[in-house]
Amino acid sequence: MAATLRFRLDPHSGVPTYMQLAQQVRHAVEYGILRPGDQLPTAREVVEDLAINPNTVLKAYRELERQGFVHGRPGAGTFIAADAPEPLERAVHTPLRRALDRWLHGAKDAGLDRDSVAALFTVAFQDAFSREESTHGRRR
Amino acid sequence: MDAVVETSALTKRYGSVIALSDCDLALPEGKVTGLVGPNGAGKTTLIHLAVGLLRPTAGSVRVFGHDSVRETSKILPRVGFVAQDRPLYRDLTVADTLELGRRLNERWDPAYALARVRRFGLPLSRKIRTLSTGQRAHVATSVALGKRPDLVLLDEPVANLDPIARLALLEELMSVVAEDGLTVVFSANALADVERVCEHLVILVNGRPRLVGDTEELIESHVVAIGPRTQGVSALDGDLIEARHAERQTIRLLRGPGPARVDDGTIVRPATLEEIVLGYMRPAMEVAA
Repeated sequence: MAATLRFRLDPHSGVPTYMQLAQQVRHAVEYGILRPGDQLPTAREVVEDLAINPNTVLKAYRELERQGFVHGRPGAGTFIAADAPEPLERAVHTPLRRALDRWLHGAKDAGLDRDSVAALFTVAFQDAFSREESTHGRRR
Repeated sequence: MDAVVETSALTKRYGSVIALSDCDLALPEGKVTGLVGPNGAGKTTLIHLAVGLLRPTAGSVRVFGHDSVRETSKILPRVGFVAQDRPLYRDLTVADTLELGRRLNERWDPAYALARVRRFGLPLSRKIRTLSTGQRAHVATSVALGKRPDLVLLDEPVANLDPIARLALLEELMSVVAEDGLTVVFSANALADVERVCEHLVILVNGRPRLVGDTEELIESHVVAIGPRTQGVSALDGDLIEARHAERQTIRLLRGPGPARVDDGTIVRPATLEEIVLGYMRPAMEVAA
């Protein structure tokens, strides 16, 4: 049986591997790709696919369990929790995406190139999220 | 945390050259530890001291609590070791090489060693000298794993391998870790491999540990701040590890969360493992130079 999900790694992101794996599961749940009861790949399957440390996979799954996205059944595997957050409503998602598209076109029209847009976004992004993250204790 | 390899004030000199200097290290049990550092930093010396191939000039290494010089015989049955360049007898066949492993090791699991070799589809009747570098790496690793060791030490196990052979070897090692939970220590130059498989990291520079910690904690606790050169260090929240200046701009590696909010256009982003390792290695190497 093929695994429900195939992980991929971005070695240049500066994001620890276990967080990359956890993000990909959360993304799949938020977009309805994975639904409650679906099984995540076993650590062994991920190791065979990506040649990463099995403990990293287990760490990602523990993090997801702590956040309520999955639950582990000893000896059976790790599954998307019945009470995992609902997929994002299109009603919420679509207008946000459109607003972002408008902003990006505006930046291009103002003469910003790709790197300038990315830099501007990065600064704004870190302003919006840095405080929130430090209050959640994400970063040590 | 129990340490499998523990060094205490460990020093090794070759004549007037100091290979390791006053090293205190504890490598954790059941984890994969990566030894990283520039050439000549002492990685190979550390591995050779742990398996008793070298005697310390001063200080000691304990493996499973046993002294590496006086109690080597208690250590070796539990340790798998692959030296740099993976030496094997060129005129032996794969089957002969496994047989040699059986005769040389009091602890040996023939079925297990055979299964490892079979996983890679290596023909048993082939002579070592007819195998590719990648295939030889698999034979050497299979022999090291054949005794079902509690600890494997590998000196540059994936050097000179093509990307596919490299991933296949790492995947094999990680599968064994998944099954048996053994402790692995390996030295490497390719940081992508280290990030992939190593939970614990030791950066050696000039014979001393410069940075030691859990890989993901290290990645999470460092940021890169890129901003105008005028900006003072005081504006940044964290320990300054390295600052590299251009005429108008400064790139800093910081340990800590970094500035909460900067209005001068400074960009703060997570540091990659490569930036962290280089950021610790470069200043230490310049001091020594």
